[in-house]
Amino acid sequence: MSSNDNGYLVGSQLEKILRAGHFAVTGELGPPQSADPEVIREKAALLKGYIDAVNITDNQTAIVRMSSISAGALVLQEGLEPVIQMTCRDRNRLAIQADLLGAHALGLRNLLCLTGDHQIFGNHPTAKNVYDLDSLQLVQMVRELRDESIFQCGDEIKGQTASFLIGAAAAPFADPVDFRPLRLAKKVKAGANFIQTQLVYDVKEFATYMEKVRDLGLHEKTYILAGVGPLKSPGMAKYMKKNVPGILVPDEVIDRMTQAGKEWLGKKASELAPEEKKARSKAWQTEGIQVCIDLIKEMQKIEGVAGVHLMAIEWEEAVKPIVEGAGLYPRPEVN
Amino acid sequence: MITGEQKSLEEIQSLLGDAEKVLVVGCGTCVTVCFAGGSREAQILSSSLRMSSKLQGHPQDVTDITVQRQCEWEYLDEIEKEIAEADIVLSLACGIGVQAIAKHFPDTWVVPGLNTTFLGIPVEQGVWEERCAACGDCVLGLTGGICPIARCSKSLLNGPCGGSEDGHCEIDPDVPCAWQLIYDRLTTMGKLDYMLEIQAPKNWQVSRDGGPRKIVREDLRLISDETEA
Repeated sequence: MSSNDNGYLVGSQLEKILRAGHFAVTGELGPPQSADPEVIREKAALLKGYIDAVNITDNQTAIVRMSSISAGALVLQEGLEPVIQMTCRDRNRLAIQADLLGAHALGLRNLLCLTGDHQIFGNHPTAKNVYDLDSLQLVQMVRELRDESIFQCGDEIKGQTASFLIGAAAAPFADPVDFRPLRLAKKVKAGANFIQTQLVYDVKEFATYMEKVRDLGLHEKTYILAGVGPLKSPGMAKYMKKNVPGILVPDEVIDRMTQAGKEWLGKKASELAPEEKKARSKAWQTEGIQVCIDLIKEMQKIEGVAGVHLMAIEWEEAVKPIVEGAGLYPRPEVN
Repeated sequence: MITGEQKSLEEIQSLLGDAEKVLVVGCGTCVTVCFAGGSREAQILSSSLRMSSKLQGHPQDVTDITVQRQCEWEYLDEIEKEIAEADIVLSLACGIGVQAIAKHFPDTWVVPGLNTTFLGIPVEQGVWEERCAACGDCVLGLTGGICPIARCSKSLLNGPCGGSEDGHCEIDPDVPCAWQLIYDRLTTMGKLDYMLEIQAPKNWQVSRDGGPRKIVREDLRLISDETEA
């Protein structure tokens, strides 16, 4: 396995944090549906110092946005380390490898390999999709670029190759549930150095999943970051429970969110004065943040969980109170 | 079998334009079995075209004829006379039949009356589902006889993705998740090991991505390339 002098695969901040055994915190930043760099810089400023690295989404939910690599380069300029997300939906193996050479040249060192949401969900549903590779084959290709210095076709890379700390996603509660730990094992075997999971609200179920993961010894071969995110309202919790595949929201969490707004219970938004609506939102958000803090504390107790992936997309302001509330601030210094 | 669906009457009429003599040509094979372009559909469509063109004030002379297979030259020879008499031919075959007519009768303007949809199966009376993508490198031996290329929305070789829920695909509750089906079948058959193997990137060169495909069987040919030249 190729590595630099100090034994790291790539020597990114994220790799150093994980290797040192610190409980890692990664975040998420969605690039704008425009060419405006300021949006990225503003979001980066809210996150910097509170997380170890930030995922930059790649045309998330199949909606066209500024590219992950360009936004990642901007984030890096702001002093925050990006994790580039790369999906198989929009690029074939030529385009992916070309973009990865470019990403490395721009100084980006962490990569999350994803299959990608189907384009039918996005704003170009009539587009042709690619899926030349799937996420597992992508992980494998990126590992071979880094460790063997070869392109997918087998040709040797003459000169500097593209090296990344390789991440993959896991959906612990998607169907078929019994296969999920085994699919994770496939991703680890393919070369995933770290794993970020889908949002978890049901710690009990997640602990059961982690038990199976430990039985397979996977927690010793990869770093598992549990996906967490603050809820904004009881409605959001119910929506996710009902509509998002692979997300379990226990009734207890929905009850906590509902109770937080009990002063206004039974009232429709149209019956509330603007200041009442604001107060209700505030109450919900405060509880959403607290629920997230409690989740993180529970995650820290589960053996094999190396950190959390905190998804507060379009609510970056929530990251600071969550990380502080969970006792994870300041972030450790690693060199 | 190849399945097809008839285009809307409006689109068909715009393709026909103001041609006076229209010949509707049905096909007696796949599109007959899927009730889209056989003799019965050719008759009904001809009658609809006669009626609507009359109502619109420029009556067209629409007749119909059906051959056993539009994709074989010998069957097309049988309708040479009818084709020659028509101003335009509306083929109710799949795209192969339309192209066969265009090639076999170079002076004839032929338009499609169907949208060729997929290679599939009637799972019940009136319901057809896609089964094969003709990818040129069959993987059914690894997946328990369920095709992930044709039946997984993302054609994954190492599925399922995170969008599998209650047995269906995230794109539509009516679309079964192919990888759930594969998982269930391999589990039942005691062959889940197949799913634990990482499947390498697919060779798409032998699919349409490698360009139009051709099969040559010298053992079956009557004319070799040399004699043809």
